[in-house]
Amino acid sequence: MKLLTHNLLSSHVRGVGPRGFPLRLQATEVRINPVEFNPDFVARMIPKVEWAALLEAADTLHLIEVPKEPIEGYEHDEEFLRKMHHILLEVEVLEGTLQCPESGRLFPISRGIPNMLLSDEETET
Amino acid sequence: MKRTVCAKSIFELWGHGKSPEELYSSLKNYPVEKMVPFLHSDSTYKIKIHTFNKTLTQEEKVKRIDALEFLPFEGKVNLKKPQHIFSVLEDYGLDPNHIPENPHNIYFGRWIADGQRDLIESYSVKKRHFIGNTSMDAGLSFIMANHGKVKENDIVFDPFVGTGGLLVASAHFGAYVYGTDIDYNTVHGLGKASRKNQKWRGPDENIRANLRQYGLEKYYLDVLVSDASKPSWRKGTFFDAIITDPPYGIRESTRRTGSQKEIPKGLEKCPESHVPVSLSYHLSDMFFDLLNFAAETLVLGGRLVYWLPVYTPEYTEEMVPWHPCLKLISNCEQKLSSHTSRHLITMEKVEEFENRDQYSHLLSDHFLPYQGHNSFREKYFSGVTKRIAKEEKSIQE
Repeated sequence: MKLLTHNLLSSHVRGVGPRGFPLRLQATEVRINPVEFNPDFVARMIPKVEWAALLEAADTLHLIEVPKEPIEGYEHDEEFLRKMHHILLEVEVLEGTLQCPESGRLFPISRGIPNMLLSDEETET
Repeated sequence: MKRTVCAKSIFELWGHGKSPEELYSSLKNYPVEKMVPFLHSDSTYKIKIHTFNKTLTQEEKVKRIDALEFLPFEGKVNLKKPQHIFSVLEDYGLDPNHIPENPHNIYFGRWIADGQRDLIESYSVKKRHFIGNTSMDAGLSFIMANHGKVKENDIVFDPFVGTGGLLVASAHFGAYVYGTDIDYNTVHGLGKASRKNQKWRGPDENIRANLRQYGLEKYYLDVLVSDASKPSWRKGTFFDAIITDPPYGIRESTRRTGSQKEIPKGLEKCPESHVPVSLSYHLSDMFFDLLNFAAETLVLGGRLVYWLPVYTPEYTEEMVPWHPCLKLISNCEQKLSSHTSRHLITMEKVEEFENRDQYSHLLSDHFLPYQGHNSFREKYFSGVTKRIAKEEKSIQE
């Protein structure tokens, strides 16, 4: 699971609503997987990122050189974009869990794939 | 032409006729000043003969090229890398069992570009590493990506991703892709194989591997095990296109997660720590959820492209699901059997989504026409049962 994805996921346990985001990340196996740098795509993603959640996840994974916020003129700042590219797309959690911050419910990640299935009782109506 | 899999090539038409004589006089009427830029002495060219539904000998082809000597070609012939290619196209009809002596139509034109029909072969499901029972045909997956107006740097999502065929086509056009599926085994690439002589899936059989096979792995974002009726995305518009082939309940079951008390006794639980799945998911509910989801998560101007299965004798256009935020762009039918077909529906988000509650009562009325299709599965098989009954009767007689 990439950190871009983690940034877009939320718990849908019943009653939790917007407090289901961000999911608390815990990783037992992480891999760095190089991906071809595409500045246009990274620049497109920056406005969609919830920065606080990203910083929290990056901190959990002990990532270094994480920009604290988008900088002015980031669209043309290659150094900034390359850092964001690495954090959002190249760091993959292979094994771990995502935890709903409100209900405590755990969603496992195995082989890099999160399992978000809930039973009917647990989900919103 | 860089996108279409529906057109082989495109030519600038210089002349046509129902016979060679008609063709030549048509060519003589084509303005010379339009020809000259491509025929001048510094250029190189070649002439090709294409015949549809007939084969010609080399000799016959050369005769036809020689007959065009009256055209003001001043350049040099270069068979390997000509600057300009001209083609004679001869149409011998569509029936391979009755090939006429003479063509119905002959055309002459300057070749401009080829379409992408080669993609159908190069991305053929036959050669793909990871396939399932319902993997989408390569040609159709490209058509769907085109309907979705997928372009470079888009994010495309398939909520019923299966083996990822639709993601492959989108990635080919430069989009980054997400997929979810309720089936743990398919998403992980485990379990029984779909190929005839293969028992279990190998280690290289999963969605990511499919993208890797075509050099598209960089476009793989993530796949998740998830119930499309209970999505896990936070509030926001993230997708430029949602392109999907939802289950029809025939070869893949329509399911959603349910509570313990709703599962009838004796039904298997999924092996991996999951919740029991197997509540029948009424088709009309599924499309209601899909349209609502699309309205909520697509960017403005983003597209939803999906297949809608119908029982043809009862189909009317009113049945096509609608949503106040989505505009219907196209509805194309593909026949599946004598009494069933599927419709490729394309919709575009034209209004921002306000909040979930205001739509639920509005839409339930409009989905009533499609309610009949909840028994799509029974209707699909009804033709088969009738035929078998008929055959048995005639055997007895």
